[in-house]
This record gives sequence, C-alpha cells and structure tokens, in this order.
Amino acid sequence: MKIAVTVLALGLAGFAVTSGVAQAQQITGAGATFPAPVYTKWGEQAKAATGIELNYQAIGSGGGQNQILQRTVDFGASDAPMDPAKLESGKLLQFPTVMGSVVVIVNVPGVQTNQLKLTGELLADIYEGKITKWNDPKLVEANHGVTLPNLAIAPVYRADGSGTTFVYASYLSAVSPSWKDKVGAATSVKWPAGAGAKGNDGVSATVHNTRGGIGYVEYAYASQNHLVTVQLRNKAGFFVSPTMEAFQAAAANGDWANAKDFAVNLIDQPGAKSWPIESTTFIELPKNPTDAARSANVMKFFDWAYKNGDASATALEYVPLPESVKAAVRSAWHANILTPDGKPID
Amino acid sequence: MQQAVAANPRPSRARSSPGDAIFAALAKASGLLVLLLLGAIIVVLFLGGMKAFRAFGPGFLISDDWDPVQEVYGAAVPIFGTVVTAVLALAIAVPLAFGIAFYLTELAPTWFRRPVSTAIELLAAVPSIIYGMWGFFVVVPIMAEYVQPTVIDNLGDLPLIGFLFQGPPFGTGILTAALILAVMVIPFIAATMRDVFETVPAVFKESAYGLGCTTWEVMRSIVIPYTRVSVVGGIMLGLGRALGETMAVTFVIGNTNRITSSLFGPGNTIASLVALEFPESQAGSLKLSSLLALGFILFVISFIVLAISRMLLRPRLKT
Repeated sequence: MKIAVTVLALGLAGFAVTSGVAQAQQITGAGATFPAPVYTKWGEQAKAATGIELNYQAIGSGGGQNQILQRTVDFGASDAPMDPAKLESGKLLQFPTVMGSVVVIVNVPGVQTNQLKLTGELLADIYEGKITKWNDPKLVEANHGVTLPNLAIAPVYRADGSGTTFVYASYLSAVSPSWKDKVGAATSVKWPAGAGAKGNDGVSATVHNTRGGIGYVEYAYASQNHLVTVQLRNKAGFFVSPTMEAFQAAAANGDWANAKDFAVNLIDQPGAKSWPIESTTFIELPKNPTDAARSANVMKFFDWAYKNGDASATALEYVPLPESVKAAVRSAWHANILTPDGKPID
Repeated sequence: MQQAVAANPRPSRARSSPGDAIFAALAKASGLLVLLLLGAIIVVLFLGGMKAFRAFGPGFLISDDWDPVQEVYGAAVPIFGTVVTAVLALAIAVPLAFGIAFYLTELAPTWFRRPVSTAIELLAAVPSIIYGMWGFFVVVPIMAEYVQPTVIDNLGDLPLIGFLFQGPPFGTGILTAALILAVMVIPFIAATMRDVFETVPAVFKESAYGLGCTTWEVMRSIVIPYTRVSVVGGIMLGLGRALGETMAVTFVIGNTNRITSSLFGPGNTIASLVALEFPESQAGSLKLSSLLALGFILFVISFIVLAISRMLLRPRLKT
C-alpha cells in the first residue's frame, strides 16, 4: 500500500518536484475561509488519529473551485454551492461538512447585545440606503422600549469577495423583493450604500470604530470577540437571538432529502426557534481522481471528522451535520468516486 | 548603461579575452531579460483582459458600474479613486517633503543631517502592510471619532464646498487613504529633493548670499529654478508609487465601487479592487478578465507617469 502510494505520488512529477518531498499520507485542499478554523482543528486531531496530514489553504471559495477544476489540489472547498453544470462538466462530487451562521452586529450608543430587534426587510432597507437614521420610525416601531438616537446609520460590508457575503445577500434576496431585483446575491455584490472592509476582522473593527455602524460577520467571530449582536425575526414571525440553539433549530429544518448535490438552502427556514441566516459549507472532490490513494485519504479524513469532529466543530461555533446527512454523503462517496475501471475507491 | 559606456570610451585594450565576451553577453542577457519580462507581463495582462475589453468596448473605461451579480463591469470608479487619492496624496506630501529637503540641505546643523536622512530612508523601507495597519487602527479611529464628525457638522452644510464634507463618518475614505499614501511617498520625494538640492553648485548660492539674499531667497531664486525639472521628476516617482499602492489603501479607503463627491466618502483604487476580488474570481469568468483589464490599465497609467518622470529627470541623471 505504502509503496503504491509513493509510486503514484512520484507519478505526479510536477507536484513532487515543487513540494520537494512527496508525503505518502498528505492531502491538500484549498478554498473557503469560513470553515478554515474547523478544518485546521480537524487536521491536527486527525493527524494523530489516522496519520493523514491535511494541508489546507484558505484562499477563498472561488479560488478553491478553480484549483479543484484544474486538479491542482486533492479537494476544493467552497461556501456557496458550486453551479450544478460546473460540477457536472468538472466531474466533481459535492458534499457538506459543517453548517454555520451569519449574525448582524451594531454599534449604537446605549444599545446592548441582543436588545435591538430587526427584520430582514429592515436590514435590506438599511443596506439599500432607504433607512438612514437609527431613529427612523420603522426602526422605532420595531423596538419599543429601546431608545434609538438621532444618528446616521453606517452600513459596513465585506469588501473582499466572500462566502459570508453570499449567505447574507442570499438572505436579503430571500426576504426583500426589492433587494433581489436591484442587487441579488453573490460572493461580492454591488452595494447600494455603506462602506466596505476587509475580512470579518475588518468589518467588526469598522463597526466598532463607527458610531451608528452596522455589519455582518460569521457567528464564531462575533462570539469570540463579544460583539453587540441583534435579534432577527425569522420566517415564523418570532424574534430570535443568535444562539447555538437557534442555529441547530434552523439546521434541523433543512430539506436535505430533496437537495441536489447536497446544496440545501438553509436561509430563512421555518420553525419558531430557527435563526434565519444559516448556511452549509461544501467540499468538492473529483469523481475520477488521478490519484486514487489521495482521494481515498480525503474521504478517510472527512469520515473521521464526521465520526469524531462534532465536538470540536461545536466548540468553534459551527453546527455539525445530522447523522442522516453524513450517511448519505458516505453512500455518495461509494457510488461516485470511482477508479478508471469503475470500482469504488473508499 | 549603454549611454554610460558610450560617454566614457574605455582605454583601448591590448587584446580581448573570452571572459570579456562572456561577461558582455551575460550583461546583455540580463538587460534583455528585464525588457522581456516587462513585455510578457503587459501581453499577459492585455490578453487576459481581452474578454472584458471585447464585452464592454471603450465603455469599460467610463462605466461606473461594478456589479458581480449582473456581470457588468466598468473601470471608472477604480480609475477615479486611483487618480484622486494619488493626486491628493501628492498635494499633502509635496509641501512636507519640500520642507524636509529644505531643512536638511540649508538649515539643519551638519551633525543632525545624517540621522534625519537615515530616518527618512527607513520610512521608505517600512512594509506597506504596516502602514495599512497603522492607518486602520490609529488613523481611522481618530478620523471617525474626532476629525470627520467635527468637519461634517461644521462644513457639511456650507454652500459651494459643503459637498466635499458630507456622509456618515466611517473614518475610512478617500481622504484617509490619501493621508496614508502621503506618509508613504514623502520619503521618496524628500530624498530625491534633498539629493538634487545638493547638486546646486556652491558658487551659485555663495554668489547670491554675497549679494545679500536671505536663505529663503536663495532657495526660491537659485536652488528651485536650478533643480526644478528634477524636483518634478522626484514628485512623479512618488506619484508612481501612490498609484500602485495596494495593501495600505485597501485597509483605509472604504472599498466601495461608487464615485462620491465627499472627501470622506469611501471609494476604491485599481490595485485595491484587484486584490480584494481576485480570490473569488472564477477561472475564465468575465470578472477575472475585467480584473486583468484593470491591471493593464494601471500598468498603462504607471507607465505614463514613470515615462514623464524619466524624461524630466534625464538631464540631471546624466551629470
């Protein structure tokens, strides 16, 4: 086995030359920044347990998709599900790993965390520049008992292309027809108002610096830095605070059975406790791997993570997948990842 | 280099060894390599941007639309931001750099000149990401907390100039970016000015002093006219750097693809936009092509600026 792997690795002459040493048990992946912390954590733990060493480069979802289409890495990772036609033509299998949530943060004098109540429509109006003052009648009406100052709203968004933006803009598109019409959803969009900042840290620092600022970040970032988050109204009409319980409620309502390529839509799910801005992050793996052993190791790695990685994912504020989805992914591996003569690899 | 050789003919050698020929060939190859690399980069950027140039035509240069959802891209906003921040930066940096060079060459005591000169050169060696972080964590909060609210409240409603000072006080924006850029280009301009001021023959200055001129009069009537062309060349060098700066600007400009009239309004520059959008661009997409086209445009702008600066500096560089 080991010899075969080494021979195959040497076969990838270009890679072997650039990396200097061809590690028998190394797997390489590239893409999304959003799940990078949990992949790194899993990589550390799996190395001790399975001997597989993960080399993950968080270069962004778009870059990850490009790299796996060109087969320069063993797997690609992306926050937005890949276009089905591209998956088809690139001969890729897509599967989910963890779920995560996006939360809204504010800097309004006198407003404490989870005190302010917002709806998707209000958020869309704010980011479209239709609501420009914190004491706008619409905001006051939704927030009885909270004193809102006469202060300009400064919307802040991710300036770099980002899966977080994709999720947030998808939410605004889902709840506001006007947003869907004028702006839409992508990893970067044409923002009608506000200013951009680079990365989660850039957005949170800009909101922190700007009186009247509002922004969106991944939940893990808000939680670790104790940012002032807000409540959002979900599809069922209830205001919910961003908590692990609310994220899990949203995840539990996902319609996995009918999702093509596992591309389930977790935005604005029904359920009284569901947090409305939730998403899944994905891995793309070649169906016709050039190096079967490396792909087998990728599946072995994620199989290990599905079995043993939930605790560390939860500790990092991600939501683990339901067991039924994990089982479905395993059978998808078995059915789709094949050697040239059509035999399953895992 | 060839000019230098031509200008100083070497004494005739008794015989040429093969080593000379090999060295000459190597040196020539190095020179050609630079040209080849430069040409290759331009060609790659242009070919990469072809798709965007084809799709949008000349309108690419004047369209202010940048909409990744609709796949409509235009270069006007980043071109505007690039040029305005660079020009504003120069407006701030040139007087300061002139002051530094004037002080160092005419006023400062001799023992003090070396440490200050070294400090300026060190300033030029600070990596731009450090300027970016300094801008983001120090300058932006000051702008957001004190400068912008005060100015917006007091000047924002004035007729004629009020439009320059409106909008929410993000702290980031065109002016903040120009400030950071100014600090970054001061060392280049100041060092060039100092060097060319020192090339003024002492006899000119002494004659002027002998006629009873003050230091300022000597500066204004002797040193500046004598070095005018080179000073402009040095400023152009600074402009070249300001145009291409990426990381520091990304941190503080606000990264918005809109043209705002306010100095405090967010904007974008070519280099910053490319750095931000590149990781999320799909291979073969119109977006990637538009980013490469932007790179080509920046190349052309920088090339023009540097060509002008070389042209202005040439007479001084020869002596």
